[in-house]
Amino acid sequence: MTALKKTIRDLLRYPSAIFGSAIIIALLGVAVYALVTIPYSEAVRLWRGGEDVWYQNPKYAPPAWFNFFSAKKKPVSFLTRTTDGSMTKVITPSSDPQIFTQEIGYSFDYIYDTPPQEMLLYITSQFEAKKPFASVRWITPDGRTFRIADMQIERDTTFRFSQDQKLQKRLKTEDVMRALFTDPNSSTGAVLKGQYQVAITGTVFEKDSNIDVEFVFHGDLFGLAGTDKYRRDLLLPLLYGTPIALAFGLLAALGTSLLTMVIAAIGTWYGGWVDELIQRITGINLVLPFLAILIMVGTFYSRSIWLMLGVTILLSIFGGSIITYRSIFLQTKEASYIEAARAYGASSWRIIFSYLIPRMVPLLIPALVSSVPSFVFLEASLAVLGLGDPVLPTWGKIIDDAWADGALYQARYYWVLEPAVLLMITGLGFAMLGFALDRIFNPRLREV
Amino acid sequence: MSTEAFAESAPSSPVVKKSFGDSTFVRVAKYSAIRLVTLMITVVIGVYLTIMIANMGGYVDTIMRNEIRQDTTMSILANPNYRNLTPEAKQELIQKKIASEEKRLGLNQPFAVRSMRYLTNALTLNLGRAINMTSDHGSKEVRLILLERLPATLLLTGSSELFLFFTSVFTALALSRKYGSLWDKLIITFSPTSAAPPWFYGIFFILIFAAVLRILPFGGLVDSPPPTNSFDYALNILKHLILPAMAVVVSSIFLSIYQWRTFFLIFSSEDYVEMAKAKGLPPRAVERRYILRPSLPNIISNFALLVITLWTGFTITETVFLWPGLGITLFRAIGFYDTPVIVGSTIIYAYLLAFTVFLLDFVYALVDPRVKVGSGSSQ
Repeated sequence: MTALKKTIRDLLRYPSAIFGSAIIIALLGVAVYALVTIPYSEAVRLWRGGEDVWYQNPKYAPPAWFNFFSAKKKPVSFLTRTTDGSMTKVITPSSDPQIFTQEIGYSFDYIYDTPPQEMLLYITSQFEAKKPFASVRWITPDGRTFRIADMQIERDTTFRFSQDQKLQKRLKTEDVMRALFTDPNSSTGAVLKGQYQVAITGTVFEKDSNIDVEFVFHGDLFGLAGTDKYRRDLLLPLLYGTPIALAFGLLAALGTSLLTMVIAAIGTWYGGWVDELIQRITGINLVLPFLAILIMVGTFYSRSIWLMLGVTILLSIFGGSIITYRSIFLQTKEASYIEAARAYGASSWRIIFSYLIPRMVPLLIPALVSSVPSFVFLEASLAVLGLGDPVLPTWGKIIDDAWADGALYQARYYWVLEPAVLLMITGLGFAMLGFALDRIFNPRLREV
Repeated sequence: MSTEAFAESAPSSPVVKKSFGDSTFVRVAKYSAIRLVTLMITVVIGVYLTIMIANMGGYVDTIMRNEIRQDTTMSILANPNYRNLTPEAKQELIQKKIASEEKRLGLNQPFAVRSMRYLTNALTLNLGRAINMTSDHGSKEVRLILLERLPATLLLTGSSELFLFFTSVFTALALSRKYGSLWDKLIITFSPTSAAPPWFYGIFFILIFAAVLRILPFGGLVDSPPPTNSFDYALNILKHLILPAMAVVVSSIFLSIYQWRTFFLIFSSEDYVEMAKAKGLPPRAVERRYILRPSLPNIISNFALLVITLWTGFTITETVFLWPGLGITLFRAIGFYDTPVIVGSTIIYAYLLAFTVFLLDFVYALVDPRVKVGSGSSQ
């Protein structure tokens, strides 16, 4: 216990250790948050979902906070619906008990400098035989009212503002968004800022008939993280990629270092052919091209991240560090406390696991922490090669998608930078902590 | 991480044998011969393992069967003696020939026997034919496809690694002389950045220099169309080399300098160095004779490790920069599911790695006076 306290006190003297630990704790927090709020199956469903899941989002939209850094404010997407109460709905009965009028409306402040990409109305209704009727109006801040559409409502009706030909004819332009949002008194065609209102008057002809409306506003920007080619909210893979990256990195690092150490200890303790065999396997493993084998396994068998994890551990066990551990174990083996253990008749396993390995913990911990980033990046590397897990949303998959779509050529930097920055932060966090731990546990480094 | 560098130096217990072979040449030759045999066995086992992994899904069999099918079909269709046969009779003939050919090649034999044949083919670089890919000259021979890509890979690895290695060793040497200085602290601060692989920095460099500043190309080996005169051509290649080489160098330079600096610091605190300083030798001479000379084996073995790690890491860097080397060929082969090319490049990698290890072992033997036959292979 005191050793742990001392280590922590030592750690606090290194700013890089504090910084690194803070990053790791923050990442763990994000990981727990992601796992708690989004169940695994839901994450996979959303990530694999197409237009049916993500229809409300614009394509290729940078995150909304881009507006902070730009003088020209671009419209931010939003969505509002009657079912969750964010859109008002007032039902008024008429003289006929079968006929009801439903006034549905939503008003919003428009403070941006450019018109949006598109506005959509998703209208759903329940009825027996008589289809309801709806008329849509658009009210601008200066009080003008546009008649947008009058239509009969099916069970599911989608109305796209800029693709409606009747509306285009009525506005005498194909650019519906510009016509609805510009200031008629402005000579430059500037956007009129202020409170806009969309108003839908629905008339139902049956007692139990009902209309629900969803108003989808596609701006140029979206949410905290933006969207990709498939309209997916990038926040999902950024959030959910955190636990996956941490799990992959930590499990691979832990598995590799522990197994390497145990094997090195067994080899040095027993010596002879066991030791020779381990050394030969290490030699062969050094010749085996690590990435190529991983690629073959991914191509021929399965791209599941857990299989990749297993193969990674298997190929990394007999790496360069086994040579390091072996040479240190060779020295430790001769120590007098090992001799004492032998004298009282301790079994080989007892000596290996209770005396040899614990002695190496100071060396193991920094190496373990420092090797996490390389495994986190390995997962991303595999994804960039197209060998990422096909169902899981990960950081590497975002980079892969962006790369395949030529994001950098088309100046969609956010798409690549968001996962890249997260990867970098993760890598830096573990590398900095590992670095400080290395200096604490190996005093030889501290002296120089 | 940094501890690895020192442990490499743990001397193998020197067995001093007084025998006829005491001259340096004989010693080195013997040592190298033993190393070569060990490495060859290692390569054979490594390639065999690769074949086992690749064949678990029956893919090598598929390669062979496809090849037989293609060859026999072509030869029968092209043979004028069979022109008068009906299509059914031709088909029957083809099937019969395929069956006999498969028997000849031993595809009906048990796997253990067959795998030995694959091993011989692979080791003699008889890598078969690609399924979809062709070389730039239109050949479908896997060997030609891969050999054609080797120069580009060597250009990238060679230039960036040599630069990286010598820069970091000499910078480290300079830093170790005045440790604790501002530069020294700066290097220590930046060394955790080496956690990211080269392709990751490549993405940032492409973003900055190609996408935003537009002063360097996004990727590739030369412009399209390439310059006609050979001087411009070379210059053009150099221009394309800057970003990928820079990515490789930046991704590991800080950690590399840091490790070397620590290493030199440990060596320069030895008593004999203090002694040399006390004798009044100039700092250059102390560095060369008392610090560099004894640490040479470590420098070389570290160089070997560096080459090996970076060699495998280039697949993705080449892919990101569209650098037409072995790595991107492998990447394309994955996309095409072109198994012969994937297996073939694995074998080439194994060979190149073994060759690197051997070459460096040889140099190691030249500079390490402790190397003796009998204890030589334990490093």
